[in-house]
Amino acid sequence: MHRVSCTLAITGLSARTGQRPLESRIVTDHEHPPDDLGLDDLFSSEGAEDLPGSSGGGGRRRRNGRRRGGKPRRRVSIVGVFGELLVTAGVLVLLFLGWQTWWQSGVLAAQQNSAAAEQSQKFLDQAKNEPTPTPTAVKQPDGTTKKDYGTPPVMSAPGAAQAFAVIYVPRFGADWKRTIRETVDVESVLNSYDAGVGHYSDTAMPGQVGNFAIAAHDTGYGNTFIDVSKLRVGDAIYIQTKDGYYTYRFRNMEYIQPNAVQVLYSVPQVKDAKATDRYITLTTCNPPYHAQERIAAFGVFESWQPLSAGPPKEIASTVGGN
Amino acid sequence: MYGALWRVLPGPIWLKIIILLVLIAVVLYCLVTWVFPWIDGMLQSNEEGTVSV
Repeated sequence: MHRVSCTLAITGLSARTGQRPLESRIVTDHEHPPDDLGLDDLFSSEGAEDLPGSSGGGGRRRRNGRRRGGKPRRRVSIVGVFGELLVTAGVLVLLFLGWQTWWQSGVLAAQQNSAAAEQSQKFLDQAKNEPTPTPTAVKQPDGTTKKDYGTPPVMSAPGAAQAFAVIYVPRFGADWKRTIRETVDVESVLNSYDAGVGHYSDTAMPGQVGNFAIAAHDTGYGNTFIDVSKLRVGDAIYIQTKDGYYTYRFRNMEYIQPNAVQVLYSVPQVKDAKATDRYITLTTCNPPYHAQERIAAFGVFESWQPLSAGPPKEIASTVGGN
Repeated sequence: MYGALWRVLPGPIWLKIIILLVLIAVVLYCLVTWVFPWIDGMLQSNEEGTVSV
């Protein structure tokens, strides 16, 4: 390239200055032959095949040339296709893994979160015109007073796969919320893009004396309960229903076998005991991405307040909106 | 295989690239909407997340 432009410059100079063309001729004679050869070779054999519309001349010439050389070029080899299929399969597996972690945890989690916000708003709209019960002020041991709305109402069990509550756990994220549906059916509840948490239908309802037991995936399908193992003693678990907000406090957790149904007893882990208190139990899989074990997190009921009294302070910013 | 696909595509190089990108997008869409959820459903162990006997 350098040589070509140099030639042109010199030729131009000679034309402008009106010098004898000898100089330029000398340069041209000297430069041209190798350039000619090189460029011709380059364009005719290498470029022609990839250039559209020119496959007739250059391409054929090249192929013929190859054949004369004795080795015909194989366009499609079985090994080559097989190799490409293997590479494709590998890429597909990687894509699937990426989809599982990114799509399911990120995109579905956001979807379930906004579905829960809608469900919450529905409860608030329904309860708009209901009268607010008058609370009684109760003196706390630390001197403050607390509003007490009395015994929590207990709703009747809803039909299968019906949404009846929204759960808020600030430890899982300031904006974290999920819809709770009746039963722990995998397809219609746990895998659902707009639910994620299921209620064991033979256990208590929110606020009922006994054990309100719920389940969710830990990884996949929104990573619903992935942070259960991060709960600390005293962490709040809020359940919002059409009746109000039920506040539970996390107490302890256990790693259990998948068949350890005793965590669902009305007093968790105690067979045939008659419950006098209100419990909540969260179950999910352990370890992440596997299902050999379960985690059961237990909490106890603390208080109840009607929807009209407004949400508990800790979740005030996330209730009813995004 | 892919070399043959490249040769079959019409037009100049930039058009080939655009067609390829569109093809890739279509394939990805099909994978994410139908194929991956289907595979996932087959891999899923039943009752994951719940406690049952």
